[in-house]
Amino acid sequence: MKRFATALVFFAGLLLVWHLVVEGLPKAWLEALPESLRSAFSGVSAGKKVLFPPPEKIWEYLVAATKSGDLFTALWVTTKRLLIGYIAGVVLGVPLGLFTARFKWAADTIGVIGLGLQTLPSVCWVPLALLWFGQTETAMQFVVIMGTLWSVQISTDNGVRNVPPIYARAAKTMGSRGLHTWIQVILPASLPFIVSGVKQGWAFAWRSLMAAEIYVTILTGYGLGHLLHYGRELSAMDQVLGVMLVIVLIGLLADKILFSPWERFLHRRWGTVKA
Amino acid sequence: MMSGVTQELEIVKPLKLAINGVSKWFREGVVETHALDDVSLNVDEGEFVCLVGPSGCGKSTLLNLIAGLDNADSGTIMADGRVVTEPGRDRMMMFQESALFPWLDVLGNVKFGLKLKPNLTNKERAEVAKFYLKLVGLERYIHSNIHELSGGMRQRVALARSLAPNPRVLLMDEPFGALDAMTREQLYGDLQEIWAARKKTIVFVTHNVREAVCLGDRVVLFSPHPGRIREQFKIDLPRPRDINSPSLATHATEITRALKSHRAERVAEVAE
Repeated sequence: MKRFATALVFFAGLLLVWHLVVEGLPKAWLEALPESLRSAFSGVSAGKKVLFPPPEKIWEYLVAATKSGDLFTALWVTTKRLLIGYIAGVVLGVPLGLFTARFKWAADTIGVIGLGLQTLPSVCWVPLALLWFGQTETAMQFVVIMGTLWSVQISTDNGVRNVPPIYARAAKTMGSRGLHTWIQVILPASLPFIVSGVKQGWAFAWRSLMAAEIYVTILTGYGLGHLLHYGRELSAMDQVLGVMLVIVLIGLLADKILFSPWERFLHRRWGTVKA
Repeated sequence: MMSGVTQELEIVKPLKLAINGVSKWFREGVVETHALDDVSLNVDEGEFVCLVGPSGCGKSTLLNLIAGLDNADSGTIMADGRVVTEPGRDRMMMFQESALFPWLDVLGNVKFGLKLKPNLTNKERAEVAKFYLKLVGLERYIHSNIHELSGGMRQRVALARSLAPNPRVLLMDEPFGALDAMTREQLYGDLQEIWAARKKTIVFVTHNVREAVCLGDRVVLFSPHPGRIREQFKIDLPRPRDINSPSLATHATEITRALKSHRAERVAEVAE
């Protein structure tokens, strides 16, 4: 409760200072300030307000965009791209990582590709995706998959290699063999690595998707990146800042919904430090 | 109790082991280690045998071979007349580190081996697991996480886990090596009790001579480079044995003296 109150006071204070810097203090207050501080609190000129809107303008934009449905539509388009690409990346990446960890030839082939492509910033996939798939959902999903896939593959591979061999030996004496050992022992034993890889993959995918959405118009749907882009085109700083805020909130929400349950599980079972 | 559980908890006939002329080499790069050289050993049904020797004498290697985790280069290992080629639930192994699975709780760990028994329902598995956790004195910790347990408690869980599939021989690889003296002493008592109650054959590897004398019906002394059996000692002390008893110390002194004389011989050989 106390932490919540601290945060509340902090953010309310931040908004108040922001408001006052943009709008300026009432005349009577301003005169009470020392000379040197007056210019900072005398407000920005009407012309500059376009670039430096007060917080309530951003709120107004968010309310209007929510009412018109634009914001929700864009949110849904972006979230769908992200989830589809992300889930596909994880579903492909984990088995691929198990595969490269299990077979030497796979490590020498797919593993090398993975290592190489993981160093490639995922936004570099955008031109290729556009040429192959056009300005479509497929192109966007492809970019997200490429962002997620390789970091998940590498972390899974790494996780498997770090599993103490004694686990597999113990399982073997208890009658576990082959696929059973892989699914019941190696995979869960690699979980701390896989979770951190999935988290990194998410970060890559999210950044590359935003870059792609700002960079090109995707004809099959306008995402948050487009709203951001058109905010710039229209010099609508309230829109730019409003959409940025939404993007930040999505990032925080994804962290809470997608990763916190796993991290809590790791913390409970392995006794690792709480995230 | 359900019938499936009763059947599962029945005391099974202990296993008889016959190890015949077993040799084993390890190659790592150009270095070749002769881990076991023509080792022969019989272990009777229900016997508690301790393998003792300095590190590198092949005692753990022999245990792995009996478990079927590794194969001998020559010689055979027979379990009740059948050649051992791979791991089996009749021979359960307990390791020095607990090798418990951190992603499962205590009950989940003990149930792991039971999950591979298709004729049991999940409820019956839990029932069986709880029986063994009670046997090792951990019935209050069934839902604990592994990292929350002390070293001694972990080894108790590991013991319950290896007992759960109802094996006919228990292979123990320095299971108490990493524990403090107090905890160890308690476990010596408990293990002897469990051994008497569940009638298992036990092959126990240790480098602690007193521990071997305290637990074993027989102590088998190994010497290293290459790993060979040097001498065997029958321990006829009454049970349960207390590690601090003077008669036990007498046996231990005798064995320690033998161990040292082999080492002295070896040093003399190397010097020549």
